[in-house]
Order: sequence, then structure tokens, then C-alpha cells
Amino acid sequence: MTRIQINGKAQSVSAPDETPLLWVLRDELGMTGTKFGCGMALCGACTIHLDGAPIRACVTPVSAVAGHAIATIESMEKDRVGQAVQQAWVELNVAQCGYCQAGQIMSAAALLKAAPKPSESQIDEAMSGNICRCGTYPRIRAAIKLASSRLAGVTK
Amino acid sequence: MTSTTQDLSRRTFLQGSLGGLVLSVSASGAVQAAEAKRYGAATMPGGTVEDPLVFVSIAPDGTVTLVAHRAEMGTGIRTTLPMVLADELEARWEQVKVTQAEANEARYGNQNVDGSRSIRHFLMPMRRVGAAARQMLESAAAARWGVPLPEVKAIQHQVLHLPSGRRLGYGELAAGAARLPVPQGASLKLKSPADFKYIGKGNVRMVDLEAIGKGQARFGMDAHLPGMVYAVVARPPVVGGKLRSVRSDKALQVSGVLKVVQIPGFTGAPGFQPLGGVAVVAKNTWAAMQGRAALEIEWDDGPNGSYESVSYRKTLEAAARAPAKASRSEGDALAAWAQAPATAQLSAQYYVPHLAHASMEPPVATVRVDAELCEIWTSVQNPQAALAGVAAALGFKSEQVKVNVLLLGGGFGRKSKPDYVVEAAILAKAMPGTPVKLVWTRDDDIQHDYLHTVSVEHLEAVLRPDGLPQSWLHRTAAPSIGSLFAPGGKGQLEFETGMSALNMPFSIPHVRIEGAEVEAHARIGWFRSVSNIPHVFAAQSFVAELAHRAGKDPKQFALELLGPPRKISPAALSDHWNYSESPELYPIDTGRMRDVIEAATRGARWGRKLPKGHGLGLAFAYSFLSYTATVVEVAVDAKGEVRVVAVDMAIDCGPQVNPERIRAQMEGGAIMGLSLALSSEITFENGRVKQSNFHDYEVLRHAASPRIIRTHLVNDNHAVPPGGVGEPPVPPVAPALCNAIFAATGKRIRELPVRSVV
Repeated sequence: MTRIQINGKAQSVSAPDETPLLWVLRDELGMTGTKFGCGMALCGACTIHLDGAPIRACVTPVSAVAGHAIATIESMEKDRVGQAVQQAWVELNVAQCGYCQAGQIMSAAALLKAAPKPSESQIDEAMSGNICRCGTYPRIRAAIKLASSRLAGVTK
Repeated sequence: MTSTTQDLSRRTFLQGSLGGLVLSVSASGAVQAAEAKRYGAATMPGGTVEDPLVFVSIAPDGTVTLVAHRAEMGTGIRTTLPMVLADELEARWEQVKVTQAEANEARYGNQNVDGSRSIRHFLMPMRRVGAAARQMLESAAAARWGVPLPEVKAIQHQVLHLPSGRRLGYGELAAGAARLPVPQGASLKLKSPADFKYIGKGNVRMVDLEAIGKGQARFGMDAHLPGMVYAVVARPPVVGGKLRSVRSDKALQVSGVLKVVQIPGFTGAPGFQPLGGVAVVAKNTWAAMQGRAALEIEWDDGPNGSYESVSYRKTLEAAARAPAKASRSEGDALAAWAQAPATAQLSAQYYVPHLAHASMEPPVATVRVDAELCEIWTSVQNPQAALAGVAAALGFKSEQVKVNVLLLGGGFGRKSKPDYVVEAAILAKAMPGTPVKLVWTRDDDIQHDYLHTVSVEHLEAVLRPDGLPQSWLHRTAAPSIGSLFAPGGKGQLEFETGMSALNMPFSIPHVRIEGAEVEAHARIGWFRSVSNIPHVFAAQSFVAELAHRAGKDPKQFALELLGPPRKISPAALSDHWNYSESPELYPIDTGRMRDVIEAATRGARWGRKLPKGHGLGLAFAYSFLSYTATVVEVAVDAKGEVRVVAVDMAIDCGPQVNPERIRAQMEGGAIMGLSLALSSEITFENGRVKQSNFHDYEVLRHAASPRIIRTHLVNDNHAVPPGGVGEPPVPPVAPALCNAIFAATGKRIRELPVRSVV
């Protein structure tokens, strides 16, 4: 039994220590917002926040996250930055199939927390681990900039 | 064969192209022969259904619920078709809910989301359904008030009595309206396009947009049922391979593993049958994956065990050099070539490798089988084929199988082949009453895909003194999708050559189009835009090569080659398929092709002075009844690194039903086209796919994506029938890129992916 903290809530999970957090979230806890895409930290579909930093849940053993704060896409509605990112995503009609977008949003939110006004190369670096096969990259870039400007406006 | 309808649903499409008889398949699976010359939706299983009572329901509070009968894989169709209906219905979109149909083509009409057909086949049916429902509401109001029908008018969820200003909401009228006869034929009054409120406006967001951003949208991967168990399958690494032996004791010792189940391989042609193998069922996906890794399996590879990409390419190249059967011949291209001096000859060969679809959601299906019922939750492009395949595999009647259609995390053609749903059903049968979720890992997806074909395209032209060709030969050598359905099928079918090889529209006196016969050693499937990918890559690269030889600007040369605006019957090009549409309704219109070329080049400011190392490349295509042109701007640095600076994408798809989503498809098509041009390749060794995940099967990522993609929607026109949108953006992208690289560097790229330009 591992005790982990997800979206501000303490959870006990029974999965063996080495089980990737992704499958604990999806199969054991039924939190399906975090997606499976590759299983090797190559596509970013499973991106979550560990103490605010983006990590890939598909290669993170559940035992490694005990004692840390995990945030998933399901909590972004209540997160100031997450909400701004979600709003920008809707305004610019970013999604096509939408499967990768939870991971994209988690990477974008983590980027904007670390760099509220990211440069193009910071966007490249933060986002290039997230694949979108539908090809929504230009809109994602635009949505990150939109969210960034909105957040700057709010804090001023 | 374990199934009939599922294979036939694609074959209908194929057979219809071969002249003679069209096979039509009713929902019950009965096959009927009918006279040829049916077109469009009438060639598809299930055809169309235009009954408002099937698609529209209105609650007393006015909430309008519309059925989306086609699956959503990212084009926005689950929004767009209900939006079309809502427009004619005069419904307020804020009061519309969309509900997803289960598989039932007898009830809803064809549900196979494939071939860029959804708008093409269902724009007018959905308009008529909406108009009929609107007129029924108007009639109900007129009857309620006892006033003449011309005095009432439906406006935004209410019917208004014009002389008195009285109003009744749709919710108040629904019960009465539902009892009225459905207006048909001449009594149906469609809106004038000038009165559209949603069609063509781009003012309706995708219904799932917010849920997607919150992680609440339910994809096939997200099916979650009480008591569910999970499975992964070890499949033969070679297509047609068989299980020789398996030891499963170690797998069964893995914590959480419940059961090991064998899945029989296919017999005859692969079709949509499972590849066979050994499944591990467990309490969660991870345990199933660990259990699979602990299986000790020996495979018998069978005859495809020697499939190897390097030598197969040589086979294709030899086939492309040798004379083959002509599917189109005008004048005498062979004699023209033989008699021409070398200075007037130009020939080139082009290579495009296998490609995997790699949708971000790998194939996945969840199935529960009880004694009398099989219920399925999955993401499939072709739900009826999944239903039929499962019924056949389980020995169930089709009424005993229920397919719930969840969102697809991408499809691109892969998920119209429901082999994975059949696998899941076989496993669920072994676990009676327990829902089984079968997950394909990314490795499974890359290594067991229905791959895009691999091809060598050979082109020859004899040039006139002005540089324009007087002779054109295109010989295509590629394993055919036909091999999926008929064992040993070698020659490309008309629907393959009919994708931009056979239907070459230029006015050239001597034309010869040939298809070589080569064997398939993998499952060949259709990948977004299908054979247009290699054919347009070759033909549009070759056109630019001809322009260069002629010393002419590529755009100017392209326009000269196209000639004056005119409508060409596909039949005159020996193309009797034409995407199963009527040659009268859908001629090839070179004027529309010129328009998209002008739009893309204008957008890119063709002819401007470019920075050092930059180049512009143009390509254009007619595919899925739409006209597209692409201009790519590249920058090539001293090390030969190619950076895509900007892409201009133009399309004329006839009426622009949801322009905002058309732009999204154009942007995405540009990215997918660049992915296959720059990054992606599947190769075989010892019959096995060498790549396994995104580290060695690469696709475009953020950093390499062009910052600028401009989209140009040309000629919004409801006077012509709709063309496709999902697939047409892809074909011109790769040749436009390579033409741009040539403009920048003088280096001609004739094989994909582009590795190096130094």
C-alpha cells in the first residue's frame, strides 16, 4: 500500500511499487484524463505535475511519488495558470482529436508557471516532448502566447 | 473468412470501381447485386437515412438532441453534421445536445468514417432532415393556431405567426410535430445559402472542446467499467506467422495476471481478422504487459519471414523499369519515347517507404460477452465492420452485438480496420461476464499496423521544343490494398491508380499509365490520402523537374501544363472510379485547380526575392474530389539542415461547411505531410518491422513544426457538390517541400523521408 497525494487529496493505492503512476491513475483510480501514448516518455500524452514540474507518468514508478504533490489534468480547472491555458485552448479551437491535449496543456501550464513570458525557444524546449499527430502545433504555440498575455494582464 | 460485411464494405468501394456490378451490403449482411452506375452514398453499405425521427428529438423544455451517426476522430464531424442539421432546423445551437449513435447502419445509414466522405455523402441528407423537421414544427404551429401555413415561420427555436406575432417554442410543438407526415421531395424547402446561420460561418465550436481540455472527454482508451480486466497480446512478429509453442507458467506467476488465452491467426487474406497470438489478461494494464514480457514463445514465421526492405526496394525498382500492363493509353507514349533524341527525354524514379499511422491513441477496445449479448466500447472509424467482425468471430447474430462508439484519439485510416475489436471480443468470450479492455501498446501499433504501401514511381516524358511534354508515362510499382482481401492480390486496383496516377489531367497527346504487379508481404492498408501520397509526390516532383528543364518558373509551367480552365470527365482519363462519384457531377475542373495554385502562390508571395538559402516550392493535387495546392518555404543551412519556414495551403472543396475545421484540417495535413516527408519510415528485416516507438519511428514535433501555416479557402460554392477535406491536404505537401529544397539548393530529392540535402 502506497500513500500518494493527487490533486490535493491523499490516496492509498495497492499497486506494486514499480507500477508506473500512469496505470495507477488510469486503472486503479479511474482517472482517465492522463493518457497513454507510448509507455517510454517519448510522446508526452501522460504528462502530469510533480511538485509543479512536468513529468511523464508512464515511466514514473508509483513508489517514487510518495511524499510529493501530484497534479493531473483533472485539477487544472482550479489552477490559475491551468485555467488560463484551458481557456486559451478553447478560444483558439486548438484540439482536433484531442487525445494528446491533456498532456500538451499540462506541459504548457508547467512552462507558464516557470516562465510566464516564454520565448519561442523556451516553448520549443518545453513542448517538443509532446507529440500531436493531428498537427495542432501552430495553434498550441498561439494558445500558449494567449494564455501568457492573459495571465500577465491579470497579475498587473 | 471469419466475416463478410466487414471485408465487403471496403470491397463495395473496390468493386464499384471495376465496372460491371456493384455489391451492396445491407445491415443484415445480405449481399445483393445491382446494376452499376450508382454513385456516392448509394455505393456504401447502409446508404443514407433521411428520417427526422431518427436524428432529431425535442424535449418539452426545448432541448434539441441530435444524433451524430459518424464517429469523431479529429475532423470535427461529430459537431459539423449536427450543426448542418441544426442550421436547417433553425435551432439555437445553445439548446442543442449531440448524442453519439451506436453501430446501426440500417437505422442511421452508412457510418464508415473513411475516404473523406462524411460531408460529401451527408451534407445534403442532413440538410434535408433538418428542413423536414423544421417544416413539421411549422405545420404543427399552423395547425395549433388554425392559420395558413405560409403565415408561419421557424426562427431560432420558435415558430412565429407573422401577422400576429404569436410564438410557440420548439418544445411546445415537438409532440404534435412528431405525429405529422415527413415532408419529402418537392415539398421540402431547403434554406438558401444566404440564410445559413452556422454552415459556412465557423461560429460553432466542437462539442467536445471543453471536455477535451479538462481531461473529461471519453476516448476508447478511457472506457472504465466495474470489474474490468485488462489484456495485451503477443502477436506473431511476421504477418501470417503462427504460434509454434508457448510456455506461460512464468507469465501466470506475475502478480495480477489472471489468464493466458490463445487467439487464432487469420486464414486466407488478412482482412480485418486478428493476427493471432497469445494474450495475457490481468487486473491492470501494467500487470498484463509484465505478463506478456514473461511469455516464452516460439513463432513459425511462414513465407513472409524473408521480407526485407532493402532488397524489396530493388524488386520495386526493377518492376518500375519493366514494361507493364497499361490501364490508360492515349497516342503512343512508348513509340514517342523510343523515337525521341536523348536531349528531349526526361525520366526519374521516386521512392516512398511504408508508413505507420501512429494515432496518439493506440488501438483499444473494451468488450463484455454474456451468453446472449456482446457489448463493446471502442474507438473505431467503421463501427458496423466492428460489429460484423465480432458477430462472425463469436457466432452471434448481429442483433446480439452492441457497439458503443467513443471518441477516437486519431484514426487516419488505421481504425477503419477493426481487427483489435475482434481480438478483444475473443478474449472477452474467454472471460464470460467480465469486461475486458484490450490495449495495444505503442510497439504493438507500430509493429502490427496496416501499413501505407511502399512504392517506386517511374516517370518518363518526351519534351517539345517549348519544354512542355508531348508524352507522359507513369508506371507505379507498389503492393496493393487488394492483397488485404484477396490472397496473392498483386496489381494495384483502380481506386489506387485512380488516386493521381490514372487521372493525370494535363493535355498531353501521348499518355501511358501502367501498374506493375508486385507481391505484398505486410498488411497493406490505407493511410490518410492513400495512394495520392506516392503518386502526387512523384508526379508533382516530376512537373517541377520538367519546369527546370524547360527553364521556366515552376508556377508558370504548372499553369501552362494545366491549360485553360475546362472540365474534364474522369472517364475520358480512363478513370471510371472517381472516388465513386458521378463523372457528370464531379468532373476535374482545371479552372478550380488554377484557382488554388493562384491562392497558395499569392499567399506565399511567389516570385519575391528570398533570403540566401531559402527556396519556395509548389505542388498541387486533385484528391477526394477537392483541389489543393501547397507552397512550402524552406531554409537550408550550410550543413544541409532543412527548416520549414512557412507553408501556404489552399483548398477548393466546393461548399465550405465548417471553414474553421477545414482550416484545422489544412494545418494538420501540412504537419502530417511534413512528418512523412522529413521523418517517418517503416522498414522490415527478417519479416519484422524494425521500428517500435517514437524514438525510431519519428514524427514531427513542436520545434521542427513551421511557425507559419497560412490556409486559403477558395471558391466557397454550394452550386457544386462537396469534396473531401480530411485527406486532401496531405498529398501536395511532400513534393512542395522537395521542390522548395531544389529551389534553395539545386538538389533534387527523389526519395522520402528527406535525410540529408548535402
